[in-house]
Amino acid sequence: MTDRGLTHPLTRNVHQDKRVTDLAAYEANGGYRGLRKAVEMTPADCLQVVKDSNLRGRGGAGFPTGMKWSFVPMDNAPPGHKYLIANADEMEPGTFKDRLLMECDPHQLVEGMICSAYTIQADIAYIFLRGEYIKSAQTLSDALREAYAAGYLGKNILGTDYSLELYLHTSAGRYICGEETALISSLEGKRANPRAKPPFPQVSGLWGRPTIVNNVETLCNICHILDRGADWFQQLGHGEDAGTKMYGVSGNVVNPGCWELPIGTTVREILEEHAGGMLPGYKMRGFLPGGGSTDFLTEEHLDLAMDYSTIGKAGSRMGTGTMIILDDQTCPVGMVKNLIEFFAHESCGFCTPCRDGLPWTRDVLEEIEAGRGREEDMGILNHQVAFIGAIGNTHCALAPGAMEPLQSALKYFPEDFERHIAGQSCPYCDAG
Amino acid sequence: MSALINALSTRELAEIDDEISHAPYRSAVAIDALKIVQAHRGWVSDESIKALATYLEMSAAELDSIATFYNLIYRRPVGDKVILFCDSVSCWIRGCAKLEQHIGDRLGIKRGETTADNRYTLLPVPCLGACDKAPVMMVGDDLHENLTADSIDAILADDSTSRGEHD
Repeated sequence: MTDRGLTHPLTRNVHQDKRVTDLAAYEANGGYRGLRKAVEMTPADCLQVVKDSNLRGRGGAGFPTGMKWSFVPMDNAPPGHKYLIANADEMEPGTFKDRLLMECDPHQLVEGMICSAYTIQADIAYIFLRGEYIKSAQTLSDALREAYAAGYLGKNILGTDYSLELYLHTSAGRYICGEETALISSLEGKRANPRAKPPFPQVSGLWGRPTIVNNVETLCNICHILDRGADWFQQLGHGEDAGTKMYGVSGNVVNPGCWELPIGTTVREILEEHAGGMLPGYKMRGFLPGGGSTDFLTEEHLDLAMDYSTIGKAGSRMGTGTMIILDDQTCPVGMVKNLIEFFAHESCGFCTPCRDGLPWTRDVLEEIEAGRGREEDMGILNHQVAFIGAIGNTHCALAPGAMEPLQSALKYFPEDFERHIAGQSCPYCDAG
Repeated sequence: MSALINALSTRELAEIDDEISHAPYRSAVAIDALKIVQAHRGWVSDESIKALATYLEMSAAELDSIATFYNLIYRRPVGDKVILFCDSVSCWIRGCAKLEQHIGDRLGIKRGETTADNRYTLLPVPCLGACDKAPVMMVGDDLHENLTADSIDAILADDSTSRGEHD
């Protein structure tokens, strides 16, 4: 029997019936082998393997994980705690990949976190889980209990002098908590306002201490990289990026879902082979490649590889890798209005362009959608895109991210906006 | 001060103390404490805010600013179960607006309102992370996927039947 873990490390324990993999089943399938190897190595050696693997953050930004970790003070670190946090606050619209990993294989996240915490020599770790993920809270709580009982967590892990406490924190709900400095504020018990950088969390994060925040999927990769090595991980990818990626498709397609595939798989393969193509009667007009805060791409981009640089060069971002499909019977103006509504609601309200600009933008889109659009509205929208979308006008990337689907909709579907304004109605709503 | 703390139950205090035991200072557990009180009482009253603030050594105004920031802390009474209805992009593409209308008509409430019999409060929720099964909603702790008008009727009917058995 071929070892599925060699080609599909992240989902080797994800089964059709979505049953939870408990500790015994996890260990029987090679679980905690990566941790056993890691604690035989020095933290510096572990870091080198992660750097060599070319793993990039799976939460959306794609920053190289090894490089992020290399900024944590090590030998000359001032005395006191260091923290590792799993960002499990999956709230990007259209994103549903971390839920699958946590519900089906919670020990993989736990093991990945212990390996990562060992590498940066963190002594306390948190899982920051979104409050609505009730089942994940249950599977992770059970996994933590099992891991403590088995000696994978707590004092003197596997007989070494390394100790780690791992806590589960369930959020009270706010999209901005997914931004790493906002997440840290929230974990400190405050409003989740993002912080200006520098200082960066690697140096001054949770309670002013060195802190690493990584996405769930990123952390899940670590135990496999330390178990099988950087070369193995590199060759999993199709292009210049390494490893596999959890890709997803939602919208009016035959088989919406989430699959682990080599990173760099083409959009067409994901959409047509895995999602089964469009539902009968629907035609694709565009897609958001990786969640609600990424720019639309269109049919001409179907043969592009879904990796960071290829999608970036095409004018969008791979983001979370979970695509949302716009079809020919869905109103692009209405879809963008829905997204802006989300971002306006979830703005923390700290920076003026975001707090005031997003509701204004939503109102303009609402007027256009309701058949009350004016010619000058197009100018207002273009101005908002330039002003709110500019990096540096706000502390964090929420507002610029919110502008991505709008600016690309104005670019690819201008005639839809113009038809709404000229006809003083939504052509899609009227069609039924 | 002790009268205010008495507004919190022994069990609530024990659970909050457990959080404080691994926090660097008391107000660091503000969000956990709000969630604990809400789990016991369904919502967070002005009285609870005052009692919690005293216990966590912070001002009531600051704690209230935290409580009102988060979507899942309820500062007004809610029904026995909160319906979290996803209205984000994938569910919208799959027709959630009509279904929200249907659920509202059936229960006689709009978003933000509670039914006259106090059973349900209907709230919109940002993307629930189950977009391949859109449209989706949560009723209490249960996630319901691939919603249709018929399946919503069945979910609500089942829910009232199971309540009847507990009464």
